[in-house]
Amino acid sequence: MLGQQTTFEAQTSIPPIITQVMQVGSRTQAFSLESSKMVPRIRDAQVVHSVCPYCAVGCGLNVYVKDGKVLDIEGNPGSPINHGTLCPKGAATFQYTVNPNRLTQVLHRAPYSDHWEVKSLEWAMEQIAQRVKQTRDETFVERLPDGREVNHTLSIASLGGATLDVEENYLMKKLFSGGLGIVSIENQARI
Amino acid sequence: MNSDAILIMGSNMAEAHPVAFANVVKAKERGAKVIHVDPHYSRTSALANLYVATRAGSDIVFLGAIIRHLLETKSYFHDYVVNYTNAATVIREDYCDTEDLDGLFSGFDPATETYADQTSWDYERDADGKPLTDPTLQHPRCVFQIMRRHFARYTPEMVEEVCGVSREQWMLVTQTLIENSGRERTSAICYAVGWTQQSKGVQIIRAAAIMQLLLGNIGRPGGGIMALRGHASIQGSTDVPTLYDLLSGYMPQPSALTPQQTLEEYISTSGQKTGWWSNFPAYIRSLLQAWYGEAANEEDGNCCYRWLPKTIGDHSHLATSYTMLDGKVRGYLLFGQNPAAGSTNSRMQRKALEQLDWMVVRDLYEVESAAFWYKQPGFGPETEPVDSSKIKTEIFLLPAAASTEKEGCFTNTQRLLQWRDKAVDPAGDARSDLWFVYHLGKRLKELYANSTAPKDRPLQALTWDYDREEPEPGSRIHDEPDTLLILKEINGYSVRPSNQADQASDEQSVYTLHDAPHVPGFTALKSDGSTACGSWIYSGVYPEPGNNRAASRISDGYTFLQWGFSWPANRRILYNRASADPQGHPWSERKKYVWWDEEQQKWTGVDVPDFPINKPPNYTPSAGSVGMDALSGSDPFIMKPDGKGWLFVPNGLKDGPLPAHYEAAESPVHNTLYHQQSNPAAKYYRDRPDNRLAAVGDPNYPIVITTYRLTEHHVSGPMTRWMPWLNALQPSLFAELSPELAAERNIKHGEWLIINTPRGEIEARAMVTRRMRPLRVSGRVVHQIGLPFHWGFQGKSTGSITNDLAHMVLEPNVSIEEAKAFTCNIRPGHISM
Repeated sequence: MLGQQTTFEAQTSIPPIITQVMQVGSRTQAFSLESSKMVPRIRDAQVVHSVCPYCAVGCGLNVYVKDGKVLDIEGNPGSPINHGTLCPKGAATFQYTVNPNRLTQVLHRAPYSDHWEVKSLEWAMEQIAQRVKQTRDETFVERLPDGREVNHTLSIASLGGATLDVEENYLMKKLFSGGLGIVSIENQARI
Repeated sequence: MNSDAILIMGSNMAEAHPVAFANVVKAKERGAKVIHVDPHYSRTSALANLYVATRAGSDIVFLGAIIRHLLETKSYFHDYVVNYTNAATVIREDYCDTEDLDGLFSGFDPATETYADQTSWDYERDADGKPLTDPTLQHPRCVFQIMRRHFARYTPEMVEEVCGVSREQWMLVTQTLIENSGRERTSAICYAVGWTQQSKGVQIIRAAAIMQLLLGNIGRPGGGIMALRGHASIQGSTDVPTLYDLLSGYMPQPSALTPQQTLEEYISTSGQKTGWWSNFPAYIRSLLQAWYGEAANEEDGNCCYRWLPKTIGDHSHLATSYTMLDGKVRGYLLFGQNPAAGSTNSRMQRKALEQLDWMVVRDLYEVESAAFWYKQPGFGPETEPVDSSKIKTEIFLLPAAASTEKEGCFTNTQRLLQWRDKAVDPAGDARSDLWFVYHLGKRLKELYANSTAPKDRPLQALTWDYDREEPEPGSRIHDEPDTLLILKEINGYSVRPSNQADQASDEQSVYTLHDAPHVPGFTALKSDGSTACGSWIYSGVYPEPGNNRAASRISDGYTFLQWGFSWPANRRILYNRASADPQGHPWSERKKYVWWDEEQQKWTGVDVPDFPINKPPNYTPSAGSVGMDALSGSDPFIMKPDGKGWLFVPNGLKDGPLPAHYEAAESPVHNTLYHQQSNPAAKYYRDRPDNRLAAVGDPNYPIVITTYRLTEHHVSGPMTRWMPWLNALQPSLFAELSPELAAERNIKHGEWLIINTPRGEIEARAMVTRRMRPLRVSGRVVHQIGLPFHWGFQGKSTGSITNDLAHMVLEPNVSIEEAKAFTCNIRPGHISM
């Protein structure tokens, strides 16, 4: 983790491509005695390089991390794509990731039930593996009636991938198609 | 930024891709002309030099008229067109055009509504199979002359009649593009889903490609066609695809509908004998090696190819929704995807989810697709209260990691792979999707470990060892797979030492993924099983240990070659051989990019040349040569078997070799150009009761409706409507309509209106604005309204689901819905009152 981070200090010592935004922010301002002793909360934070999760332009993000917590997320001034700027969505990435409404537990809704139940991750993974196996075993077709080989199941489908990483997409296609014979593996690119 | 003119059409770039639009503004400041053609006036229009209001769904008439003008006034870039496109190629005698068949091309089978037989579209060939050409462009059956006849009826008068655009405005666009193309200047076209989400979307983009080839704007700085894609790695999930009809690197998923039962048959039907795709055998063989490891060497000469599942039809997301509705899909896995609000005809989508036995939803929040069993849009005459006790679907809702909580690559809309470092662990039981898929795979391998059934062999043989050598420092999650190992497999590696290639039986000589040497790039891939590669087009991203080029962050130079890695081979502009003239000299000093260096006898420039580096411009292939040797030194389009840019597509497209205008599946007017009303090869699902379409000119649905994004929200809202910052900026759903239409229907600005189509009814706030304009089409006034589609019943800001209105008619090539042009009606009021 934090493989290639630099600290904020270290980063500012790299001859930067100073954008207009940064110039404005770093100009000497009038200080009161009190404010002269204040420092930005991202001082000494680790800067982790990331990429905006919204549209496909690929704006660079700086994620500021201190004590294992994300403090703030800003545009990366070094990126030739966005030069530190972000649109309203990209600028709100912090609230997308650090948000009290995020799910942190596995929820299970049994057939015909009227409520969620909290379950363990271990339990859910085993149940899902069982469901996949059972459905696959009951619906797998090796050959069509006329003898053509198809080696597939059309009874399991997967959807998603356009905000997933390349590596995640790769493993999905490899396991679902190459391993299990699922055909309908799809993502947002179809939409 | 290097463009002299930029045409933005089918996109609201300023609001949907604001940071990329900054480059358009910079180009404009340098003097470039910016043109926006769109039914909806937006901030893109406000910042353009010229805004042209047009009717949604009429794009091919607008572009077709430009093509006609270029051909008839000889305003095309002659030397580029003659040398680099198939303008001179002669087409078979039995080809019939839409001019001959009133809107259809030859080969159409009315029974199946497909172009089942495309042989007549092919090139006229000599005895060796070489296409015949006429460089004078005079042969009556050469592509150039066929195009002149085909586009003859796409006149400026037709633009006025069909698009509702004055000929003066259209001419201004045409003149601007002509004046800013050629040796010294280049123009770019930017589009987004305003083009793709139409029942003829592929052919609209084709029309743009024809224009750009005629103007000489492909493969050159400031030129091109920019697809503005909408999701962080939607390009990546197309390249390394989670798509039913593709294997990685644009190799097709094998099909049982074509003779592809063996590896040999698959290669002969999918690869090409000439051009770069002649390397196809190395790419598919290396993929099979990556997936099945040593098992690929043991099987019957098919290298495990037969294990790959075969398609038997359209298994796309939307087509699968209907098989789901019919109860034929039992299990569903959703990864950050929300069909209950985000997919077309969402009401049908939600019904389909109720037919499942089980589903897995992986997301950061409890999205509509996880909550449909107890909550539905709370209004509308067709909506009954949800009775959970009648819905069987078992749901596993698993918390997912955010993009800052895992490492990996996103591929952006310019094919640029950028690596993200991980900032922090995800909280609680949230995990990366990588973790989920890896551990699901491990469990399934265990469950199937003792099986002897042939159907389980692929899973047993699947190479699946991505454990980290050491736990991730500082992380409490000890079983996260090693992302870099997966990137290494995608990049490719040597399976055995090269000097032991003939000792396949010697197990000691076989590397594991962990210790294998990386391959430096796709030119090192072999078809003999000595290399493995997960996606050939990404090969080179991780050419050696410690050198992950996606994580390279050196931002300098004109083309930023050390910022990320752009596939293929880190090229920033594809087909950039076309930036030089046939002799290899730059077309002009001003547009110099890649050229032939006579002294060094190689191609050079500011980008990685997209051409065999030492092939001289004057190389001419000898008769009967194959592979890349069959292409001359002045054939830039190396992925094509003839090395030419295809003005006319001799095979492969499902709705014709040239673009033709058809009305949208739902339209207020009849097609003025042909008797054929709408795309004959589109998939209409007419027999589906929940996919009813309004008839042409139906007085009950007289208004054209289009949908779009706002800057402040993302798709159906799962990534934005939980966030107070963004909800404060865009708090609720609205519909934009013109003052004229509002007056006609007695709708007041800020009050509620109801929008209905044969599929559903929703409510929204009225935004009465001059941004929407009534147009005069076919002699009468046509009104258009526009709606964003970001709302649903979950999240902190809720509202009607715009996609409940849309139908499911699919474009024939790519099975995408038509959400950008359909018809509706409106009335003032509030549904729940």
